[in-house]
Amino acid sequence: MNTDRRAFFKNIAAAAATLTVLPTAALAREKKTAPSDAVGMLYDTTKCIGCKACVVACKEANHMPADTDGYGHGLYDSPDSLNQYTKNIIQLYKDGNEQSFAKKQCMHCIDPACVGACMLGALQKGKFGVVSYDVSKCVGCRYCETVCPFNVPKFEWAKAAPKIVKCEFCKERLAEGKQPACTEVCPRKAVIFGKYTDLLDEAHLRLENNPGKYVNKVYGERELGGTQVLYLSHIDFEKIGFRFKQDESVPHLQQTVSHGIYKGFVGPIALYGLLGAVLFRNRGNSEKES
Amino acid sequence: MQTHAQPIGGPLFTRAYFVLLSIAAIGMALILWRFWVGLGVSTGLSDGYPLGIWIALDVVTGTALACGGYAVALVVYIFNKGQFHPLIRPAILTSALGYTIAGASVAVDLGRPWNMWKIPTYVWAWNLNSSLLEVALCIMAYVFVLWIELSPAFMEKFSVDGPPLLQKWSKRLLPIVNKALIWIIALGMLLPTMHQSSLGSLMMLAGPKLHPLWLTGWLPLLFLMSCLAMGYAIVVFESVFSSRAFGRNPEVPMLINLQKIAAWGGLVFVAVRVADLAYSGNLHYAMTLDLYGTMFWIETVLWLLPLVMMLASPRPNLGSLFRGAMVVALAGALYRFDTYLVAFQPGPGWHYFPSVPEMFITIGLVALELAIYVAVVKRFPIIAGMTPAQPARPAALVAQGSANSGARTFHLADS
Ligand code: SF4
Ligand code: SF4
Ligand code: SF4
Repeated sequence: MNTDRRAFFKNIAAAAATLTVLPTAALAREKKTAPSDAVGMLYDTTKCIGCKACVVACKEANHMPADTDGYGHGLYDSPDSLNQYTKNIIQLYKDGNEQSFAKKQCMHCIDPACVGACMLGALQKGKFGVVSYDVSKCVGCRYCETVCPFNVPKFEWAKAAPKIVKCEFCKERLAEGKQPACTEVCPRKAVIFGKYTDLLDEAHLRLENNPGKYVNKVYGERELGGTQVLYLSHIDFEKIGFRFKQDESVPHLQQTVSHGIYKGFVGPIALYGLLGAVLFRNRGNSEKES
Repeated sequence: MQTHAQPIGGPLFTRAYFVLLSIAAIGMALILWRFWVGLGVSTGLSDGYPLGIWIALDVVTGTALACGGYAVALVVYIFNKGQFHPLIRPAILTSALGYTIAGASVAVDLGRPWNMWKIPTYVWAWNLNSSLLEVALCIMAYVFVLWIELSPAFMEKFSVDGPPLLQKWSKRLLPIVNKALIWIIALGMLLPTMHQSSLGSLMMLAGPKLHPLWLTGWLPLLFLMSCLAMGYAIVVFESVFSSRAFGRNPEVPMLINLQKIAAWGGLVFVAVRVADLAYSGNLHYAMTLDLYGTMFWIETVLWLLPLVMMLASPRPNLGSLFRGAMVVALAGALYRFDTYLVAFQPGPGWHYFPSVPEMFITIGLVALELAIYVAVVKRFPIIAGMTPAQPARPAALVAQGSANSGARTFHLADS
């Protein structure tokens, strides 16, 4: 009984040691930066008149059906948010005299949560930093929807063979040397296309040249690790639907911890060896009464 | 091959069994319907709440309840507690069934389940950052491992009275499986350690959408602790159940030892959580008694209650052990469910409540699991009728030892 008890605690100690040593190997994960060929969009609330030309152009370019479920009972394409028929939308914020439009589409994050989530890389950050979707590698788990801090990916709930629907920055048009449909049609240049770094400069220039006109911040420059779609706004970003202010990217915490535990797969292999060794030593005993 | 486990026998198709089968049949019919109409019509899921009870209950909570096999294996093989050996087979059976049913739930939940085979085979496409990939691969492997661990129970029976071909193969395979068993068992402990902690990492990626009372870098550890706690509870339930139903002597002294670990473990769980919240400056969320603060406190009380109950009853018996285990299981289940559903905040305007068919599919799958369990224990040697009589053992061991000397056999199935 006595030796048995000692063995018992020795084994507990060994198991506990393995489990606590594993995560301490965690190394700080490096902050991601935009790829050198990154393109982007800059949207300016003060210029947008809410004409929704970009919404129509986006539907056309992506061959998306009209969403006639909402206002007008079948008369209009009137989605109320991004959804399975809609990759781009203009939303209105109105409170008393304060009002603003806001364009929503994928933010093409620099360190995207959706890409970190997807098991087989159906969501990938590729050429120009565009986050694109490949249905052949998608199992429809909707984990990308769960983790996207901007609630961008949408699921075709009505279909028997559903896909994920999200803005892919008109990657086919980019490949042809064209700009995205939405930026091309905007009559007010409220949303413009360009090289990511150029747009960042442009945004700061506008802030500098128009003191007091904007909230003094380029949303997306730092938020959530940075996004390739940038925003200037004359009202609080929270009011136009940007809930999160944190600079840290979403995958940072999870990948720091997971990389720590699974670095080189040493932890699991060591644990397997340890378990095997203890089992081996204890073999046969399992049937004896202590 | 000697074994003390016996089929329970008796008629299978009792009235209660038909009720069980009917509930299972309703669930299966609804699953067909779900594939016909799609997920939008059949569930309460939405783009805001893309994961519902099939994941939060069936997989995240269900597989933790199915950690009985993991917990007993740890106790028997690592902590060297042979008295628990009779519990291994029933525990492995419930684990195998629980994990298989969780796998079935996932297949029902996935939008494109026909692409599932690509997960283990598209090795070049693996996203090694994805906790979900790790969970998926580990669970697939573990289901396989569990059925292998259990296979001696089937082969023992088939090698005696199976159809000729089955009999031949059972006789041939049984010694091979028994020989490899030590490494399979080790795998059967490694895999749950990995995927149960990764189930915690999974929700770390929800980042700011997860309420700060739940979001922490310690999620993997807390998830591992919670599945072990729930696995322990299942060991107690099975010990109590089989002692009542089959007249086995319950392993009370050993259960008391385990209870100590589980109860103090609850305190450690709470300590880690509170210390981390204090460190990150998020403890104040617990002071706001909104839904989140309240759930946090209910969880915390449930995690601490087993310790209080244990300290308050100096003479533990089967009843108090059972009640304590019940609370432990509840604490773990609630913590896991909350992390996946209650603490998940997709933003204003989103709501989720499971649809009736969604619930009936979950209920149907549980009924199916129970039905298979009952059928298997009645027909195959799973449950040991009694704690093995002492004098018989040494002789059996010697016989085995000489027969397999140097062969490094390891008898999981033998009790
Ligand atoms: S906004 Fe969402 S979908 Fe778009 S890249 Fe970022 S995480 Fe992915
Ligand atoms: S739903 Fe598809 S794209 Fe989204 S994470 Fe799952 S497999 Fe990837
Ligand atoms: S880039 Fe293309 S897909 Fe994306 S919002 Fe603009 S038009 Fe739509």
